[in-house]
Amino acid sequence: MGGVHPEENKISNDAAIEVMPVGKQMVVLMNQHLGAPATPVVQKGDKVKVGQLIGEAQAFMCANVHSPVSGTVLKIDTCKDAFGISKPAVYINVEGDEWLETIDRTPDIKRECTLEPKEIVAKLKEMGIVGLGGATFPAHIKYSIPEGKKAEYLIINAAECEPYLTSDLRVMLEHAEEICIGISILRKALGVPAAYVGIESNKPQAIKVMTETASRFEGIVIEPLKVKYPQGAEKQLINAITGRKVPSGKLPIDVGCVVSNVGTTFAVYEAIQKNKPLIENILTVTGKELPSQHNYIVRIGTTYNEIIAHSIGQLPETTGKVISGGTMMGKAVANLDAPTVKGNASVLVIGEKEARRNPETACIRCGKCMNACPMGLEPYLFSALVKNGRTDESRQHNILDCIECGCCYFSCPANKPLLDEIRLGKNRVRAAMAAKK
Amino acid sequence: MNLLNISGSPHVHSDESTKRIMWRVNLALVPALIVATLFFGVNALLVSLISVVSCVLFQWLIEKFILKVPSTIGDGSAIVTGLLLAFNVPASSSMLWIVIIGALVAIAIGKMSFGGLGRNPFNPALVGRVFLLISFPVQMTTWPKAASWFPTRFLTDADSGATPLGLIKEGVKSGQSIKDIMASADMPSLCDIFLGHIGGSMGEISALAILIGAIYLLCRKIISWHIPVSFIGTAFIFSGILWLISPDKFLDPVTTILTGGIMLGACFMATDMVTSPMARSGQLIFGFGCGLLTVIIRNWGAYPEGVSFAILIMNSVTPLLNRWCKPRRFAC
Repeated sequence: MGGVHPEENKISNDAAIEVMPVGKQMVVLMNQHLGAPATPVVQKGDKVKVGQLIGEAQAFMCANVHSPVSGTVLKIDTCKDAFGISKPAVYINVEGDEWLETIDRTPDIKRECTLEPKEIVAKLKEMGIVGLGGATFPAHIKYSIPEGKKAEYLIINAAECEPYLTSDLRVMLEHAEEICIGISILRKALGVPAAYVGIESNKPQAIKVMTETASRFEGIVIEPLKVKYPQGAEKQLINAITGRKVPSGKLPIDVGCVVSNVGTTFAVYEAIQKNKPLIENILTVTGKELPSQHNYIVRIGTTYNEIIAHSIGQLPETTGKVISGGTMMGKAVANLDAPTVKGNASVLVIGEKEARRNPETACIRCGKCMNACPMGLEPYLFSALVKNGRTDESRQHNILDCIECGCCYFSCPANKPLLDEIRLGKNRVRAAMAAKK
Repeated sequence: MNLLNISGSPHVHSDESTKRIMWRVNLALVPALIVATLFFGVNALLVSLISVVSCVLFQWLIEKFILKVPSTIGDGSAIVTGLLLAFNVPASSSMLWIVIIGALVAIAIGKMSFGGLGRNPFNPALVGRVFLLISFPVQMTTWPKAASWFPTRFLTDADSGATPLGLIKEGVKSGQSIKDIMASADMPSLCDIFLGHIGGSMGEISALAILIGAIYLLCRKIISWHIPVSFIGTAFIFSGILWLISPDKFLDPVTTILTGGIMLGACFMATDMVTSPMARSGQLIFGFGCGLLTVIIRNWGAYPEGVSFAILIMNSVTPLLNRWCKPRRFAC
């Protein structure tokens, strides 16, 4: 149902993962995850090591934050994130590269995991693991199945249906075994018989490597998926693999599913088996107009400008937009001095011409937005309702079901900013619902 | 360096545009225009040209001097209206000026009075056509005979003849049985009907040419199969049932769907995006209604042909169909 086929543009497919050097100063934001910010547990002048806890999760919906570098805490202040929003942050002056002794930095692969499910979840919390698919949902909450619910399927999202992004692909090609160990650990934490890894069939290399590796493990099934955006959207992926449909307003666990991004499983392996907290991202630096394409391991807190300077020197003259994420759901970066945070998947540079939207014309009621909507909604209707301030009606037409995949705007011949209008409408509906309470 | 652009996602577009859709529809109409020229000569080209130029000109004038808005003639939609209007009139010399009045009604009343493209409830070309049919009943039903091949006549009319549907209506009125009418010398063969070697409005005569255009539109995903199939299918089944009940009184279903405006209407006019429902289920009901009304008007109405009226009536139901027929929601 629905979906579109944007140009894939996976031009950084063949670029092996490189290690990005550490800068002179790091700014670590305290909310890099969905929920409340972590509370700083270091003070100005403190010496920290790589992997040391610097922000503690005190609220329920929160995740620990660890120092990605070794050095001295300069100050605890605020810092503007990539989208211009001020957030609490710990500034660290980098001195050397001294890691916590507990972290296993050997290249050996550690296969055995003797932890009990509860211990695994506790360690995920300790290591600050969050979902790396985009939502940065704290992992320890996801893997603590609420009373009365039962997990039957573990689904690993390796669809990577977003144009341009290749970090998941590279991790699968280079760390298939670690991923499979990570999946086994998550499977154990949930107590489910099998995990299903969904990979779009436009990544035959990854399917081959993962299938070979998974055959040495118990209960890991590789599922090639049809190439269609948004195949990797949570509800669509669950449907493609299990045939189950998550009803409106419900969560995957309500149909017995837990979905995790494939990049997260690699982080889980490192956290559980190597005691390494989440302090690095695997990130694609790509763009049609860039002189070279890259995939990097980057310490969290490295700024966009540092990444650009190291990988391509400087942005091309024709740069129109820098995007964190893919072209369909990524966010346009407003502040290149901002530090990267957990879950950043790319620095995507697009040209001036591509970055501009075509002028909007009248709706010709072609219904393309409706046919492209993977949720079976009516974007054209929301557009009219939102413009006229008819918030209650937009709620009745299930505006909150929108997953913001962008297929409506993508396919609109009148270039109407449908998703912008829907976002506005969703905010109004949420505000109205909050006011009622 | 330049400032960075900031906007919400998505940051990429399919490049689909209204303009491209309209030009593709124009392209899809070319085969029918070629057949019309082959059988009706230069008149067909001239009527089309005058119709298109008038439609574009009227839209430009209205936008510039009355609505005072930026001109949208570049989107090609006025050309579609102009071509379809020309396709719905006979290729006779009197049409060279009558079609200008039709273009004025189509654009000014049918389209711009509602706010322009996308806001008109009725298909503008059909509004113009029906206005002409009611205002100029003689000229609008005087059909030049289709010549054997490219006729050399210029601005003059050949013998006029009746359309197959006209022959049948007259025959039935005078008490003849369908079988006798079909066997008469005036009645063209099924092969001629399919190729378009018959009398009629200039764009509707050749089912073959229309189907070529329709297949192109289907491949380009500008139309979906739902409206044409349910329209033609309903007309076929309904007329088939009538024919089985009484083959003396009712025309057989194959001739029914190949004659008159069913093919042109089902493929190009009922599928007009603006005036047809958006959901697939709504489109099926819309096509069903068009097919049903067409057969009813043809058999029991005063006019031999009912496609224009059927589509216009169903156009008026479109807002309701859009309200009732919703796409299937995920997990519902």
